[in-house]
Amino acid sequence: MKALVWHGIEDVRYDTVSDPEIEDARDAIIKVTSCAICGSDLHLFHNLIPAMLPGDVLGHETMGEVVEVGSAAKGTLNKGDRVVIPFTIQCGECEQCRRGNFSVCRRTNRKAELADKVFGHHTGGLFGYTHLTGGYPGGQAEYLRVPFADTTHIKVPDGIEDEKLLFLSDILPTGWQAAVQADIEPGDIVAIWGCGPVGQMTIRSAILLGAEQVIAIDTLPERLSMAAAAGAITINFLEESVIERLNELTGGEGPHKCIDAVGAESHWGAGQPDTLLDRAKQMVMLENDRPHVLREMIYACRVAGVISIIGVYTGLVDKIPMGLAMNKGLTFRMAQTHVPRWTDDLLRRIEDGQIDPSFVVTHKVDLSQGPEMYRTFRDKQDGCIKVMLRP
Amino acid sequence: MTLTRLSHIARSKGDPKVQHKGPSSLPGPDRLARMLGWFSIGLGLTELLAPARVARAVGLEDKQGLIRAYGARELASALPTLSIDKQIGLAARIGGDALDLGTLAKALHRDNPKRRNAAIATALVVGITALDVLAYVGTKTVHRRDPGSERDYSDRSGLPRGPEASRGLARQDFTIPPDYRAEGQVAAALPELAA
Repeated sequence: MKALVWHGIEDVRYDTVSDPEIEDARDAIIKVTSCAICGSDLHLFHNLIPAMLPGDVLGHETMGEVVEVGSAAKGTLNKGDRVVIPFTIQCGECEQCRRGNFSVCRRTNRKAELADKVFGHHTGGLFGYTHLTGGYPGGQAEYLRVPFADTTHIKVPDGIEDEKLLFLSDILPTGWQAAVQADIEPGDIVAIWGCGPVGQMTIRSAILLGAEQVIAIDTLPERLSMAAAAGAITINFLEESVIERLNELTGGEGPHKCIDAVGAESHWGAGQPDTLLDRAKQMVMLENDRPHVLREMIYACRVAGVISIIGVYTGLVDKIPMGLAMNKGLTFRMAQTHVPRWTDDLLRRIEDGQIDPSFVVTHKVDLSQGPEMYRTFRDKQDGCIKVMLRP
Repeated sequence: MTLTRLSHIARSKGDPKVQHKGPSSLPGPDRLARMLGWFSIGLGLTELLAPARVARAVGLEDKQGLIRAYGARELASALPTLSIDKQIGLAARIGGDALDLGTLAKALHRDNPKRRNAAIATALVVGITALDVLAYVGTKTVHRRDPGSERDYSDRSGLPRGPEASRGLARQDFTIPPDYRAEGQVAAALPELAA
């Protein structure tokens, strides 16, 4: 089959690979009908996330049709079922799965021993990601083997286009969880850093949850225009001071809730001197991430406010103003998304016409154009916000 | 392919394995930059570890300290050249090329018995400078956001009922789960405390 394969920093190829095979009775194979490139795929593209190996198949936003089912998954899942595959792999039985913390499932990370050494305690398995999360081949491919398939799928109805459903795999529940873990209450002023695909979903989620005002921070005009389309007030951080503007918009008190939809790779430049130092340290491996957004959120947030982190961080971050955070009494909440915890509800909202996630797709191309689209997406060329691929 | 094959030991039986590689996402200028980055590492290590040999080869025996410093400079410029911010590294390399040419110019005088070597080294640096400039301009071009490519997505709300009608819509049938509540506990406790 054909697949998008990681071969090193900025080196993704459209390779011929062997077909996936059922390995366990709970496995299933799906024929991929649509997949997408996620912002966190760019961290892999940039080789910022450790333990990738040449030959790893990428992709964790995938949907398709079930073509083969292991004996233990039969009944729950049948040939011909239309499914969206969450980026998290969950057993559905361990203590964390029973609590709804699916991204930290105790049983699905097949390289748990390695991950224990790095994380202290391993997380769950993820598709198309580092070997620290199991090294499971991803879904930017013609076929995908889904381990623990009886609990790792979202059945979706016919009659709704792929582009409306595909993002149940990641960015829609991720944006939703970002808003939920910020504990948004009606009347809240919510500031969201980053208007990439996850930031866009977070803006819509915040509005559905009743935020009185949503403030979206980015610098790319196309992203800001998409944020404004959902009613957000926008701040271009290269044109105005984020702190001054936030204070202006909040009567000097700061936003009640601050959401980081940026993570490891903050924009860097002379306008934000801390980012220059971060970038230099990143190059000589003295720091993994550029946490400018996190620093700014802690400074900007209202006292006793909430900081929700959904942008992916990869490792060590420096110069975090913990003194501010502690004295201001901020609450921090963060996690990889516990996808299935939210997807039944979100699917119902899509069917009900409350949200249409397809608004975010700006490029729809053949899987063979994947390598080129990684570049286009990374370089923010051609107004690219979200790439959807069809094998 | 060797590394890719070697990585198969980390994969399970049913995992897809690469059979045939397609073309890389790395455009030509990026590949050139990468080659120059590795060249910097080779030259930098040579200058840093064997400055006396390099100095003797071009008749600049009194400049060993300077050559060692140039070695450190080469290594420093290699890091960004091999990173995703290659233009910084390439700009540093072009500046370094100018320094190299200035230093080599001093070795081109008639009294230098290694003048021929110095002339060859100068020609090589001129060639490398040309490649550095080519890579710098090339990477700038391929990664540039075309000025005319900006898009206006102000018609993409994603909220079919419109932003205002959608505000708080989910509240009709959704409450933040108790394990996701972050605030309100103190306020909720106040009446109890007062009582």
